[in-house]
Amino acid sequence: MQVVACIKHVPDATADRRFTPERTVDRSVDGLLSELDEYAVEQALRLKDRAPAPDDVVVAVVSMGPARAVEAIRKALQMGADRGVHVIDDALAGSDALATSLVLAAAARWAAGGEVPDLVVCGMASTDAGMGVVPAMLAERLGLPQVTLASLVEVRDGEIRARRDGDHAREVIGATLPAVLSVTDQSGEARYPSFKAIVAAKKKPVDVVSLADLDVDATLVGAAASWSVVDDVAPRPPRSAGVVVRDVDGAGVDALVGFLTSNRFI
Amino acid sequence: MPEVLVLVDHLDGVVRRSTLELLTIARRLGEPSAVYASPDPLPDETVRLLGEHGARAVYVVQDETVEQFSVAPLAEALEQLVRSTTPTVVLIGSTPEGKEVAARLAVRTDSGLLTDAVGVDVVDGAAVTTHSAFGGGYEVRARVTRGTPVITVKPNTVEPVAEPAHPEVRPVTTTFSDAARSARVVARQPRERSARPELTEASVVVSGGRGTGGDFAPVEALADALGAAVGASKAAVDSGWAPHSFQVGQTGKTVSPQLYVAAGISGAIQHRAGMQTSRAIVAVNRDPDAPIFELADLGVVGDLHTVLPAVTEEIRRRER
Repeated sequence: MQVVACIKHVPDATADRRFTPERTVDRSVDGLLSELDEYAVEQALRLKDRAPAPDDVVVAVVSMGPARAVEAIRKALQMGADRGVHVIDDALAGSDALATSLVLAAAARWAAGGEVPDLVVCGMASTDAGMGVVPAMLAERLGLPQVTLASLVEVRDGEIRARRDGDHAREVIGATLPAVLSVTDQSGEARYPSFKAIVAAKKKPVDVVSLADLDVDATLVGAAASWSVVDDVAPRPPRSAGVVVRDVDGAGVDALVGFLTSNRFI
Repeated sequence: MPEVLVLVDHLDGVVRRSTLELLTIARRLGEPSAVYASPDPLPDETVRLLGEHGARAVYVVQDETVEQFSVAPLAEALEQLVRSTTPTVVLIGSTPEGKEVAARLAVRTDSGLLTDAVGVDVVDGAAVTTHSAFGGGYEVRARVTRGTPVITVKPNTVEPVAEPAHPEVRPVTTTFSDAARSARVVARQPRERSARPELTEASVVVSGGRGTGGDFAPVEALADALGAAVGASKAAVDSGWAPHSFQVGQTGKTVSPQLYVAAGISGAIQHRAGMQTSRAIVAVNRDPDAPIFELADLGVVGDLHTVLPAVTEEIRRRER
């Protein structure tokens, strides 16, 4: 069974995140495996752990990004993934979600030896752009059932079942593999790599592939070919701290009631 | 005037306020046409409401497929309408499902997609959108350069403004692919309808965090006194004190109300990403060093279990 987890190397949200002069996300800052993608890797690994013959389940992680994106792949390998595929190509800079999904769909196939993988697993969204649309786009591009935003997943006998907490209803979605799965942060805590696993990960293979290797036309991706354009980015003026009142002898209550009254909330 | 397609977000025919906002935005871009998909017939009352907000036409996709299978059928229904009506823009509510429908529609029509718009302007007849980036730290302006722009808009982006029209109801037949019928909805449990406003649409939100110690009663009581929605931090949700649908933050909902009250919430970056574009922020926390105070217009260093009930009591006293 071939399981492919799509992962992203993102700027560290606790550090300074910024844009480049070309109005793309600055990826030269400190980065890491997107926290939300750890849940995807975790679900892929649980599937392997629970399989009757775990060795028959190959978990590949696929990432597209500049050289440093390999850090995210390494982290996933330390968690227990078997191999990595790093799509790296200068032509990719500035790609939007449509271009990204085009490349990831091709990379997922490449990772599974040219076939559609049995399961493609994604996090619910990236923590930088945060659109949350790539899993649905992958399902559309690969022609696979879309089982997304899952908070609980079960795979058995070639069938997948997932709980989807939608806006209007809590649903159970069922499909026959192969399928595209995305999981939320409710799906189960991601494991910490052990020291032994960190050492073992150094020997795991990471294939570096270009757009040509994937047979993706380079003129279809990157900033110039994107389906949308960012005209302007501007830092929002930081919120300044207002008044802080210690609640001594009801002073806090009076301040809060006063605030609500003067701003006409009551 | 060119058409603008607006996907109606509804639960059993009850239309969400966000749809009325989309119709209001659509009128700046062309003639709004609503798209209503459901296994059940379109209620007359719904036609009236959509008409009041300027819908010139309502396309009705009455088909069980849209409820029996997840996401993909709606995208295919919209795709066929895009092909037959050649609209200038497609507007969809920025809910998790709305964004997924938009994603598939964009791929199927080879069109650009912009999600989570918090503003839509018209420049030279085309839509230019505003987005919040990096947890509200940046503002980004973007536009679609290829195909039929597909734009998802966050709730509370505009006030819905009525502009009565008499919509023509046009039933449409959609042909669904096998791929659209591949992710089955095996079971479906509708959310309990709350008397409180919907979290992402509310003009006031009162949220509780770790500092509640699991007791959300003071948070709920203040929310009800203010006519507010109840929210929660990830810490409170992870502790099982509030359902995930209440979660405000990076992996929950992003809210931008007129007033956000954070009670017993320290203000971790994940939480801030979901609320820091609120118009006014009030924080109540026992820890004077809590980072939430850095962005609060008013901070109260104190115990939420005494402050919130006293404020609630005062609001109730004034009502009497």
